[in-house]
Amino acid sequence: MTTTEMMTLKTEPFMLNFGPVHPSTHGVYRMRATLDGEVILDIEPVVGYLHRGIEKLTEERTYSGIIPLTDRLDYISPMSNNLGYCLAVEKLAGIKVPERAEYLRVIIAELQRLANHCIAVGSFLNDTGAYYTPFMYAFREREKIIDLFDMVCGQRLTYSYMRIGGVSQDIPDEFLPALNKLVEQLSRWVDEYDFLLMQNEILLARTKGVGILPRETAINCGISGPVARGSGVNWDLRKADPYSVYDRFEFDIPQGENGDCYDRYRVRVEEMRQSLRIIKQAMNDVPAGPVRADVPHLIRPPKGEAYAHVEAPKGELGYYLVSDNSIAPYRCHIRPTSLINLTALREMVKGWKVADLIAIFGSIDITMGEVDR
Amino acid sequence: MTVALSGKDIAGQLEEKFPGSIEETGQECVVVKSDSLLAVAEYLKNTGSLAFDYFNYVTAVDYYSYFEVVYQLASIKHNHSFVIKTRCYDRENPTVPSVIGLWQGANFQEREIYDLMGIKFEGHPNLKRLFLWEGFQGHPLRKDYLQ
Repeated sequence: MTTTEMMTLKTEPFMLNFGPVHPSTHGVYRMRATLDGEVILDIEPVVGYLHRGIEKLTEERTYSGIIPLTDRLDYISPMSNNLGYCLAVEKLAGIKVPERAEYLRVIIAELQRLANHCIAVGSFLNDTGAYYTPFMYAFREREKIIDLFDMVCGQRLTYSYMRIGGVSQDIPDEFLPALNKLVEQLSRWVDEYDFLLMQNEILLARTKGVGILPRETAINCGISGPVARGSGVNWDLRKADPYSVYDRFEFDIPQGENGDCYDRYRVRVEEMRQSLRIIKQAMNDVPAGPVRADVPHLIRPPKGEAYAHVEAPKGELGYYLVSDNSIAPYRCHIRPTSLINLTALREMVKGWKVADLIAIFGSIDITMGEVDR
Repeated sequence: MTVALSGKDIAGQLEEKFPGSIEETGQECVVVKSDSLLAVAEYLKNTGSLAFDYFNYVTAVDYYSYFEVVYQLASIKHNHSFVIKTRCYDRENPTVPSVIGLWQGANFQEREIYDLMGIKFEGHPNLKRLFLWEGFQGHPLRKDYLQ
């Protein structure tokens, strides 16, 4: 048999299940992959293993009683989920948030972005074969951020710190000095890991030019967050549609050029630097004053609807609320960043090998709690 | 700042282009008839001054007498946003056209609505339940759903 004849030989298409329980799927996610030898012909995502019906549950709870449910959406970054929901209720009910609370919200939300990107970058490196060493280092840094969250609200995972009209309680006296110290440490840490990993031959070979998401496809699929910015879409809600007090701070929006796994990874590392920049500006001029507006426990927003969105670490997270002037929302729809970011996965992995599927999937950074709700 | 376009302006444009397509005009939204939804959506996406290239989300609300399907659109080029809505009055067999041909981002979201609200999207290439299993009875997000 000649070489050309061998090249044209095809194997029988073969169906392989990834997940629902698989170390690379970051939760209970299943991909039904059709393979030709080692090459991916098609994948079909199968979701719903973690569906808890959160949107239905919201219809039976008071407006403030929904905040703990939002913690359980993207459980890697609950603070951002809390913030998005509170902004939507405040928009619906016309509540004004005190200045001090706005600054605390920005600081906490940016810390949350750092914590999320620690996991995103760590687990991505895990998926590309740097098994568990960078992951554990990233977790070590995340732990310090979690300690600060513990200090402000007494929780380590499901915070419910953001409340309608502000935050649940003021920061303790030791918070700002501890934050100052942490920001210094994290700046050094980001530089150190950047230096160690950016020059790594194996990482470059596994990520450069792999899983390219073109700019037009990214926009058409409604992709947001670091995945969209990795493809060169200049779209960050903190700049495009500033909420809270983000318009008072200086920061850049990192963007990629090629839209490959490397660019998405790069954007996240750069975003960590920008988050630190925002925190440094914000913590120096936190104004004095109350941290919560005078909001009754049972809110009855006027009849109507509102949509508010935040730039969560994974992308645009939005809440669409419909009120019928009762104490519970008539309807609460959550725009799930992770689910929508998965739309483009099929296009991104076609023609790549199985090992690349793991890397490409890891570079999107999803949480199943948010996909399934 | 993303500018929410006024419903009146867009409704005027649409009324001129597609007479009789508007059912109701809100402050920052229009309600269009479901049979002209696709034409309106295409117009909003492909007109240079509007250029709604980004599809934020689609969802549905059950108002007992009708289902309302809500599409939030944005334009990355012009940084403005707009909401179009459409209504289905048929409770037994609610159907709206799928916009997946215009915005791929609607793919999973339309499947989710089909799953939880029971609205069929005509023209969707793979319309099956997203979260719940095949064979599940009923659509839990409907207001009259009883467990």
